[in-house]
Amino acid sequence: MNRFLIPLGIFVALAAFLFVGLSLNPREVPSPLVGKPAPAFRLTQLHAPEKQFGRDDMLGQVWLLNVWASWCAPCRDELPVLGELARTRTVPLVGFNYKDKPEEAKALLKAFGDPYLVSVSDPDGRVGIDYGVYGVPETFVIDRRGVIRQKHIGPVTHAVLEKKILPLVRELQQP
Amino acid sequence: MKLVAILLLAVAPLAAASAATPTDADPVAAARAVQLANELRCLVCQNQSIAESNAELAVDLRRQIREQIAAGRSDDEIVDFMVSRYGDFVLYRPPFKATTLLLWIGPLLLVLAGFWTLARALRARRQAQAPPPLTPEERARAERLLGAREEP
Repeated sequence: MNRFLIPLGIFVALAAFLFVGLSLNPREVPSPLVGKPAPAFRLTQLHAPEKQFGRDDMLGQVWLLNVWASWCAPCRDELPVLGELARTRTVPLVGFNYKDKPEEAKALLKAFGDPYLVSVSDPDGRVGIDYGVYGVPETFVIDRRGVIRQKHIGPVTHAVLEKKILPLVRELQQP
Repeated sequence: MKLVAILLLAVAPLAAASAATPTDADPVAAARAVQLANELRCLVCQNQSIAESNAELAVDLRRQIREQIAAGRSDDEIVDFMVSRYGDFVLYRPPFKATTLLLWIGPLLLVLAGFWTLARALRARRQAQAPPPLTPEERARAERLLGAREEP
């Protein structure tokens, strides 16, 4: 009896591990920044290069930091979704234009609609490194005290918004 | 012609590696930068190190390493800088801690399980090879012969 049960058991366990492994996305690396204060930055505003904007300007409110670039195709897919979110005025969106040319970034926002309260430029990607950005788009949920509570890698879809991002935002917005 | 192609293929990785070589004037710092870049995984092309990868992020991180070396940071400080931003995943040699316990001792456990199975199989085989028990006639004959010898 054991002669068959033991190899069968090993096979089933291996198959289960491989099956779970197949459904995991190796590109989604958990960020060590979740639960830590968002790195401080002061960057030039995309639409007003003479002005700067920083993390501390958002202290006191729950907000989303959306890392994007005009050279990133999935970012175009998420712009309409973010536009809809912006119209509901649920949560302020800050655009983080990563390693991009300001003219191209502005042209894309003009064409697809600008969902951001304010956009900052990180042309050489230095602040991006502080945020552990390794692929655009990425979206951070940051709480009132400036702590990163969630990081979403990849485009924000309606499903991601409803199931992952908005429930946390609502929870954080509770007084 | 074939030989030329083979030679070209053999040289290609060298050409790629040179892209990772920093252009610092200080050769010691340059060697440190390359060594560090070899230990860190590129998150864009996950099976390449920062030194091997030509992804933009890898270029930026190599620059970051060179700048930090120039600023007098130690290797550990630079590695900590990367881990605090990208997690243990950037390390090709992950640290030994609770979450990586299975990763480190898993192979050892597998080897032990293998030895245990082998030992069991060998014991079973030895038992199988033991001479078959005697039939009653054989036993009676053996006893007769032995008894005959033991009698004074």
